[in-house]
Amino acid sequence: MIQVGTTLEEQIFYIDRAMLKAYADASGDQNPIHQNEEFAVSVGLPNVIAHGMLTMALVGKFVTDWAGGSAAVKEFSGRFVKPVIVPANQRVDLTVSALVTEVVGDRITIDLKATSAGVKVLGMSKAVVVK
Amino acid sequence: MLNPDSVGRTFAGAESVTVSQSEIDAFCAVISEGDTTVAPPTFSIRITLEQSQEILSNPEIGLDWSRVVHGDQRFEIKRPIVAGDTFKCSSTIESYKVAAGNEIVTVRSDLHSLAELVVSTWSTLVVRA
Repeated sequence: MIQVGTTLEEQIFYIDRAMLKAYADASGDQNPIHQNEEFAVSVGLPNVIAHGMLTMALVGKFVTDWAGGSAAVKEFSGRFVKPVIVPANQRVDLTVSALVTEVVGDRITIDLKATSAGVKVLGMSKAVVVK
Repeated sequence: MLNPDSVGRTFAGAESVTVSQSEIDAFCAVISEGDTTVAPPTFSIRITLEQSQEILSNPEIGLDWSRVVHGDQRFEIKRPIVAGDTFKCSSTIESYKVAAGNEIVTVRSDLHSLAELVVSTWSTLVVRA
């Protein structure tokens, strides 16, 4: 039974440089801050960072897995609070959790949160799904 | 600086874009989505990013894209995107303010398939000082 206050089971995704390259090609966002460490550092970043929209695509996968498919999602939003830092030859976590905040008929609103290395990276995130 | 006269105006993308199955497949592969019959909820960024970037880089608007950081993002999805959809993109600069030297711009992009509005997206972009 889905009701307000229901928590969704936490899920962990892993992000590495190969995924950033694949996402750059799939999304068309070839900004070098997501692939080139030297460039990222030259513009004041600590290292290569993940595309905010990759973070959101993975959180979206969390939502669609729970909701029963991509077609179930009606609204989806989020704020990129901090970057996901992706050092070379490492995989970093993206840990996603969620809480049901509204149920109106078959429309369910969930509040989402994502962290990486213990730091909140996606906040103010909501999805509305039909389930 | 962004030209203040552009706030509230809607700019149409030059060309229509047709979504291919291979584009949906590639996007799904990154996030290990097995069902490729419809596009994942954030797929539309593939179309709107490029189109709005082209629109906002227009000299009469004057956004300096090289200093843009993505602040937040919202999608309203009327129906899922499928392969074969052909879209026209229009972008509206909904709000603009300057805070601590940073420019904060909210851009709404609508994807229409003929007369049907399929997806609306809102992107808040921060142009760093």
